[in-house]
Amino acid sequence: MLREDSALSDRVLSIDTSGVYYRDLNKMLREGVAKGAREFVLRGVTGQRYIGTGLVERVSIKIFGTPGNDLGAFMDGPSIEVFGNAQDGLGNTMNSGKIVVHGNAGDLLGMAMRGGKIFVKGDAGCRSAIHMKEYRDMRPTVVIGGTARDFFAEYMAGGEVVLLGLTLPPGVRHSCAFMGTGMHGGRIYIRGAIDPSKLGKGVIIQELSEPDWETVKARVAEFAAYFDMDAGAILSAPFVKLCPASTRPYGVLYAGRN
Amino acid sequence: MRQCSFDVHAYDEEDDAIVSADDRCVGCQRCATYCPTGAITIRLSERDFRLNANWRPEHLMDIKRQAETGGVILTGMGNDKPYRIYWDHLLLNASQVTNPSIDPLREPMELRTFLGAKPDRLRFADGRLLTELAPQVRLEMPILFSAMSYGAITYNAQLALMQAAEECGTLCNTGEGGWPRDFRRFGKNVIVQCASGRFGVDFDYLNQAAVVEIKIGQGAKPGIGGHLPGEKVTPLVAETRMIPVGTDALSPAPQHDIYSIEDLSTLIYALKEATNYEKPVSVKIAAVHNAPAIASGIARAGADIIAIDGVRGGTGAAPKVIRDNVGIPIELALAAVDRRLRREGIRNRVSLVAAGGFRSSADVIKAIALGADAVYIGTAALVAMGCTLCQQCYTGKCAWGITSADPVLAKRLNPDIATRRLVNLVKAWSLEIKEMLGGMGINAIESVRGNRLHLRGVGLEEWELETLGVRGAG
Repeated sequence: MLREDSALSDRVLSIDTSGVYYRDLNKMLREGVAKGAREFVLRGVTGQRYIGTGLVERVSIKIFGTPGNDLGAFMDGPSIEVFGNAQDGLGNTMNSGKIVVHGNAGDLLGMAMRGGKIFVKGDAGCRSAIHMKEYRDMRPTVVIGGTARDFFAEYMAGGEVVLLGLTLPPGVRHSCAFMGTGMHGGRIYIRGAIDPSKLGKGVIIQELSEPDWETVKARVAEFAAYFDMDAGAILSAPFVKLCPASTRPYGVLYAGRN
Repeated sequence: MRQCSFDVHAYDEEDDAIVSADDRCVGCQRCATYCPTGAITIRLSERDFRLNANWRPEHLMDIKRQAETGGVILTGMGNDKPYRIYWDHLLLNASQVTNPSIDPLREPMELRTFLGAKPDRLRFADGRLLTELAPQVRLEMPILFSAMSYGAITYNAQLALMQAAEECGTLCNTGEGGWPRDFRRFGKNVIVQCASGRFGVDFDYLNQAAVVEIKIGQGAKPGIGGHLPGEKVTPLVAETRMIPVGTDALSPAPQHDIYSIEDLSTLIYALKEATNYEKPVSVKIAAVHNAPAIASGIARAGADIIAIDGVRGGTGAAPKVIRDNVGIPIELALAAVDRRLRREGIRNRVSLVAAGGFRSSADVIKAIALGADAVYIGTAALVAMGCTLCQQCYTGKCAWGITSADPVLAKRLNPDIATRRLVNLVKAWSLEIKEMLGGMGINAIESVRGNRLHLRGVGLEEWELETLGVRGAG
């Protein structure tokens, strides 16, 4: 079902996606992988959903335009780079792989993510990085260059989120409400000031320890490399860490035996 | 004495006597069953509260316990309150004179059921089928095993369910707590769940299964999430759920990527993309007041199967106040959903699976006559394995090795014997369904599906008959 104007050469498949239905586009990607393509260049992307979903090979996908919801949902391996903005559900329940967005992301970024990395240059919407979890060497990472909206990193159970606030005007604090509500694992690092009244229940602010700094430095260095920024300048501002007050936030909710 | 996992019995050396702490007894019958001399009888203890039809002992005890602890009261299994059970007010038809009944012992009877979206019409050209069919799963009988997570039930209990599903040619649901690697070999007979916690949901999990089910709600606890306490997150539970050992496993109340029918559709198609459109996607909801409109939305959102779990559906752990007061009976919800989908002309687009307290083959066939394609059995399956409905699942102390957290107790369930008992149950019910079908003069379950003319109501009010779409007897 590959279109005739799609060119596969040197294992690079270039597709003009304008007017292509998402189901057909994703089928082209799966067929392309089966035929040996290892890199995809998608041009004219206009809202096609689920790009990268159902791919387990370590292919790379460059997207020019605006991909639709659930980009990289349930993804397990590919690297995606978006030259534009991403919509809702970016990296939903993602298992491994990498997504780099040269723009903003919508709601639900990295929801229930279990592994892999997401880097967003700009801002993220509501409910970003919620219910991320980790297991052994699978540790999801999200770095957001700008700020996020409400319900940021709720129910966090594992992995790490770095919120850099680079899009905030000087002196303006992150304004997302209910940050980290129900957090019971993982680490949230925030650059710049936050208003403690915006924190969710059960979350406390801490200073960064030495290992925390190492993690932040490594993530920021990777972030800065993708977007051609100065890591040193980003790291020169203060960071705080959000931690769960308990790994058993709901342990005392119940009465004893019936 | 050692049979009791609730510490009722103790040996008093001084008096050389066994003493019993009666208030700890949960009535699970383990000790009575295993007493070598048959010396134990368990009786409901006399209440010392003064009789009161309004303030019953349960209320008093609960209030006292909450006054002590300030906590939510938990319970296990399904609603035990005396709400009307409509199955007991619906009677089946049989053939007399005008339409001969069929003897299933000499005539073939068809119970085979296919779950999945059916096309609006079939188009042929030159004898070839042109219509593209949606993926279907084949069941040898319209009975599936309900969602019960590993962690809520023991490894051996889940193994028995999977082995029995394979042997019977039906499906077993993993629940939302992941799918142990060893059990992936049963993939053709397994439904996996994608729920709010997304535990263990990865590419392999989705693609090894026969059906993917999005769990929105559960009959025993509609609208609320779940917390598997950290002490139950053992290394194997942790591996299965893909979370660290000893942390609470939280299932948020909603799935945070589903706030609307449109969002649900997005997830349905994400799962279809992730499984290359090869598997039916089911959406399970609790039976609630607006179930028909919600079901219509689910069908239009692209689901292949809708599972509806009624107010009597079981649970490993739920707040008692929710279990006993939230949701509606499956009979009314099922009939209303089936009628709504038929009226809208979209009934063929989805299969309906009913769940929540099916006690016998008669309940099953009545549900099919009310519009179900198949039913989920959970409690009945547990009872087949040894459960006595003592409702202590959430304590992890199950004396029968079914929901026990303690590995020593968990060993009490022999998975092969449990498998045999489950297979026997499903076989027996299938045989009884065939007998009832034969009696109606019908030789295929398909002919009774949604066929309310085979049901008559007794002792029901006008509005109940109307909701069920059933005529009164006589």
